[in-house]
Amino acid sequence: MSQGSAPPAPRPPRARGGSDRGFLAALWVIGSLYLVLVVAMLAADAAYTSPWHLWQSLQSREIRYAIRLSLLSCSLTAILSLWVAIPIGYVMARQDFRGKSVLDALLDIPIVLPPLVIGLSLLILFQTVPGRLLERVVPVTYAVPSVILAQFMVACAFAVRTMRATFEQISPRQEQVALTLGCRRSQAFWWVVLPQARRGVLTAVTLAWARSLGEFGPILVFSGATRLRTEVLPTTVFLELSVGNIEAAVAVSLLMVAAAVAVLLLIRAYGSEPTLTQGVRP
Amino acid sequence: MIQVDRLGVRAGRFELAGVSFAVPAGQHACLMGRTGSGKTTLLEAICGLRAVTGGQVRLDGREVVHLAPGDRGIGLVPQDRALFEHLTVREHLAFALAVRRWSAPAVRERVEELAHWLQLDHLLDRRPAGLSGGEAQRVALGRALAFRPTILCLDEPLSALDDDMRAEVREVLRSVRHHARVTILHVTHNLADARDLADQILVLRGAQVVPVAKDALGT
Repeated sequence: MSQGSAPPAPRPPRARGGSDRGFLAALWVIGSLYLVLVVAMLAADAAYTSPWHLWQSLQSREIRYAIRLSLLSCSLTAILSLWVAIPIGYVMARQDFRGKSVLDALLDIPIVLPPLVIGLSLLILFQTVPGRLLERVVPVTYAVPSVILAQFMVACAFAVRTMRATFEQISPRQEQVALTLGCRRSQAFWWVVLPQARRGVLTAVTLAWARSLGEFGPILVFSGATRLRTEVLPTTVFLELSVGNIEAAVAVSLLMVAAAVAVLLLIRAYGSEPTLTQGVRP
Repeated sequence: MIQVDRLGVRAGRFELAGVSFAVPAGQHACLMGRTGSGKTTLLEAICGLRAVTGGQVRLDGREVVHLAPGDRGIGLVPQDRALFEHLTVREHLAFALAVRRWSAPAVRERVEELAHWLQLDHLLDRRPAGLSGGEAQRVALGRALAFRPTILCLDEPLSALDDDMRAEVREVLRSVRHHARVTILHVTHNLADARDLADQILVLRGAQVVPVAKDALGT
């Protein structure tokens, strides 16, 4: 065989490091603009107030009441949301039935509705005959239960999405094996599925708590903004701003920022990030 | 013994109807067929995990179509093994026994026996995440056989293993029949596995399950 006309060795591809670096730099510059905005916003808040203002705000009777009510209502809302989200999330993840897509859309309504509309709808609901009958037993409108209900309406939808995504990530094959091993469906759920969903449960409850903490629109309409009665932290920010006490409003805002950061850190450390991203996706 | 008589199964738009075959007691039967022919669907129907549209399934002479999966006396090892990520190997081996309310000493004894046989003694406190493919397959087998079922259903148990682990698990499967005295229905698409392990090879074609001699299958 002739060796004389060997094909020329292929030339190595031209180094394109320069254009790659340009592309990556462009991504960083565009992304950094947003990050700078977020950090600048928080830094401006922090610079506007001082530890002294923060301490003084915490001494205010109204603000202490708002902190207590926020902690109570958010915690109750998170527990209630989880109590509803686990069964709905499991059914939506595991069962196919007629009208599932309609139910799916219904579950998303609180996420896409404007917050004020949720508050208005709740207010109207409690003007109907069944609503008025319930009010005779438990006063809801413009009272503490209305705060919890308004928070629950929004937070629960996020918890449901998170739990559904969590259950969808757990293989149904494991439940099938558990059934062959002698479990009833409920035992397979308690012993096989739920223990594996614990990170999703933590994510759902934390997300519901955080959403409740920031809820304002429905509370303003359905609960009012009455000091020492239905005042939660976002209401305090609104009320302090409306009387020009910007230092107090910023101090309370910083408290809420700290709570939000704590929640995010908690989810990053112990929760399930994929379910978080699915849970908060609108 | 497994006797399937004119069994009908539906899975979405896919349907099997009038499937009949039998596996004599204590034999290892390999069920083969093209991808999508319904092998796994058939296995699930026999295990009670999929509703049947007609026909009978008799296991050791007992009609089981109306029984819950856990009352059929079938151990199942699915293709992905479906180990419980939150449980240790020891808890896997004890799972069915705890569900069936065996006494604590009986559970301990059985777990030790299985761990020794399947060479899992040193892994008892490990969780599935840290196991090799062969180890995980042995745990899945131990979990399925712990409550002494009379039938063992295997869905592609060797498909995700490299050659060394494949040989190791084949060896374990060979010992299962004698050690656990079970009738085995083993879904596979691998001719070499079927030739090596099976007493009987069944091929699913349409709704027909046809017994095929080992020699009749091409290489």
